[in-house]
Amino acid sequence: MPESIVTILDIAIGGLLLGGIYALIAMGLSLQYGVARVLNIAHGEFIMLGAFGTFTLYTVVGINPLVCLAIVGPIIFIIGFLLHSTLFTRLRISAPNPGAYEASSLLATFGLLFIIQNIALLGWGADYRAYSYLNFGVDLGGAIFSANKLVILGFAIGIGVGFYLFLARSRIGKAIRAAAQDPAAAGLMGVNINRVLAICFGLGAAMAGLAGVLYSMRIPLNPTMGLQYTVIAIIVIVLGGLGSIPGSFIGGFILGIIGEIVTYIDPSLSLAAYYFIFMLLLLVRPKGIFGK
Amino acid sequence: MVSRDMDITRFTSKGFFIPGLISLVILIGLATLPIYGSLYNVVLVTSILMYIILTVSWVLFSGPTGYMSLATAAFFGVGIYASALFLPTTGAVLPVLVVVLIGGLASSIIALGVGALTLRLRGIYFAIFTFGLVVLIMELLNWWELSVSHLLGRYVMLVDNNVIFYTMLGIFVLIMLTSFFIRRSKFGLAMRSIGENEEAASHIGINVTMVKVITFAISAFFMGATGAIWATKLTYINPHVAFNILFSFMPVLMAIFGGMGQIYGPVIGAAIFAYLQETLQTEFPYYYMLIFGIILVLAILYLPNGLVGLVQNLWKRRPGGQHADT
Repeated sequence: MPESIVTILDIAIGGLLLGGIYALIAMGLSLQYGVARVLNIAHGEFIMLGAFGTFTLYTVVGINPLVCLAIVGPIIFIIGFLLHSTLFTRLRISAPNPGAYEASSLLATFGLLFIIQNIALLGWGADYRAYSYLNFGVDLGGAIFSANKLVILGFAIGIGVGFYLFLARSRIGKAIRAAAQDPAAAGLMGVNINRVLAICFGLGAAMAGLAGVLYSMRIPLNPTMGLQYTVIAIIVIVLGGLGSIPGSFIGGFILGIIGEIVTYIDPSLSLAAYYFIFMLLLLVRPKGIFGK
Repeated sequence: MVSRDMDITRFTSKGFFIPGLISLVILIGLATLPIYGSLYNVVLVTSILMYIILTVSWVLFSGPTGYMSLATAAFFGVGIYASALFLPTTGAVLPVLVVVLIGGLASSIIALGVGALTLRLRGIYFAIFTFGLVVLIMELLNWWELSVSHLLGRYVMLVDNNVIFYTMLGIFVLIMLTSFFIRRSKFGLAMRSIGENEEAASHIGINVTMVKVITFAISAFFMGATGAIWATKLTYINPHVAFNILFSFMPVLMAIFGGMGQIYGPVIGAAIFAYLQETLQTEFPYYYMLIFGIILVLAILYLPNGLVGLVQNLWKRRPGGQHADT
């Protein structure tokens, strides 16, 4: 194959591999903001917790990172659920209007960011940690990718689609969508609104945790790694339209590909490019590409 | 008629004279601090003043209009870099006050541009746009320093602690006077009506965009000026230090902690919070951010109207006092 086609393939597949993670993170935040109205600045901290949890389970106990998905996911769901039922429910009830709740919950998550990050720093220390899993090359039409990245992509797509189907088909999913459309009416129809919102927040955190489990296979971990992924998640959910779950899924892949293209041109510009696109989008089309 | 005149006298003496006197006493106490205080105290009060200025300037715009700006760190960082450019350790140096002015002006010019572009964004969109602005400027500057100027960081000229202190105090007095007069002016009233209902404000003839953009620029001026003088205390800076996103969130939290209903609320909130931060940092270097996070969450949960609101509520509930309205 000619060199240029290999390069394009390289960028496209690389972008999809990165995008899978972005998609999961963004779907989680989209649920938290779109339904529970919490713009969770501590979202990335759940990615960090998922990643470090996996690191410890794999290096200390010897549990396969893919099995960790089934352990770490539910634990982080419970943490998120409890956080919402205590902290955010109280804030929501005492807020005079939805706008005030959005502001106060955003600030509360900023406090959470410090709490989670510093507990992790006390527990795991400030050094970078990494482990090696499925770290061998696979040839895809001339371009070599490590096996773990392909596994990550496979699981990310699986989890993302499964999550979407869960929201679209299941009974809890219906209650969640009802709560997103009109919390008061959903409450009158017998939906336990506090519980549904807490489930949303927990699911959002769990999605971040699962993304962290997967991502820990390919990157070095550090307790302060979370914020950059929160920021990426915010960019993706704006790209896909605030609150749109499929939009976030597709938006994640779009941002991943954009990231690979910019990295190919100049790696130090990729974050700046994300922000540039993000701010341009907010100015031109704040509803996002898929927003109604 | 007589009773009405007396009412006015009582109003002016209670509403203006006593707070004015208290302010004057505090100001004299602060201005003479380098004479009776230790160097540590001067440095500590300088940091506290820095946080108060950032908080009061944030409240100046975001308080009445209700637009939650997270751009504070951007304007603060622009001021810091103004110092790095015009107060280098080697080569030509401008007078400190001129650099402070440059920092302020550069920030307000950026605020004018950003404001004109973005102030039509409402609610959470405005917050995340201004949040993005901080990181965008930081990333672009980072790229510029790495690829064009080949500098990881820059050194800023050493300035005497008392000079830093008095410059900070000067900016503090200016922002307090500015806030006070804007609050009492028609302009302040226009901003409050924007905060209550922007549509209605524009229908009664307020030039909504102009009021918002100008206030945004005034508030950015003070943030930039503070950044410029703060840089001389840091002495070594890089984009991550200058555009630390913490400086976007701290003013918001300090303002909420103090309570935004009164002009002195944010001042008290910032003073206590900054003092707490400085002491925690020296007392518990490993746990301080954790404790800090816990205090943040507790303050948001239990002090929705801030410390001033809490004190007012307690005051109302005292025996023989007015009944609290909730």
